[in-house]
Amino acid sequence: MIDILVSILLLGGASFMLVAALGIVRLPDLLTRMHASTKGATLGVMLIMAGVSFHFAEEVVVARALAIVFFVMLTAPVAAHVLGRAGYFVGVKFWEETVKDELRPNYNPLSHRLHSRLSPQGAEDVDHERREQRNEQSSPESGSSS
Amino acid sequence: MQTVINLTLGLMTLALLLCFVRLVRGPSLPDRVVALELFSVIIIGIIGVHTINTDVKPFLDVAIVVALMSFLATVGFARFLERGGQRND
Repeated sequence: MIDILVSILLLGGASFMLVAALGIVRLPDLLTRMHASTKGATLGVMLIMAGVSFHFAEEVVVARALAIVFFVMLTAPVAAHVLGRAGYFVGVKFWEETVKDELRPNYNPLSHRLHSRLSPQGAEDVDHERREQRNEQSSPESGSSS
Repeated sequence: MQTVINLTLGLMTLALLLCFVRLVRGPSLPDRVVALELFSVIIIGIIGVHTINTDVKPFLDVAIVVALMSFLATVGFARFLERGGQRND
């Protein structure tokens, strides 16, 4: 009886991993590929580790399986976020049919800074000039004091 | 039970092959890093099925270590892309 449950869990996990790999081959874009691989593979690992827990049914094995599931669920979104951010900064091409890129008008790729929509575009430059003036004012003072 | 395990290992081997296709064909480096991350997650699943197949419980420790290494590798690749890529700043 427990074998049937374990079999269903293992087959479900393996097929979710296969769907994730199929998505990583078939989808057109970096972000859509990450969307397929992260979620599908995480669910596959969860199902397979549930199968391992039901097959052994001991405290030590269940604790290790829970640790694996917890670690994968903790790290997969962080890794996807960091990788998507790096891909956007490097300038990976999007799919041709992408409808909207909301970061494009608010992000300056040269200064690597992000503006909010309420502040105008020129506020950044004014702030930068002000900081340069402050540095120029403070540098002779520090020279005289020392 | 043995047939189910063989079928599961076959499915995951097929997933590894598809992932390898993306690793070879990927047009940019982030695509290849995504493929490598999926590699390690599929390998964690294979280790789980192998644990059931052989009844050797310490194999799960190997799965924990593989999960940790894959996260560190992905973050390292992302830092490399952000800092040492072709940007000129």
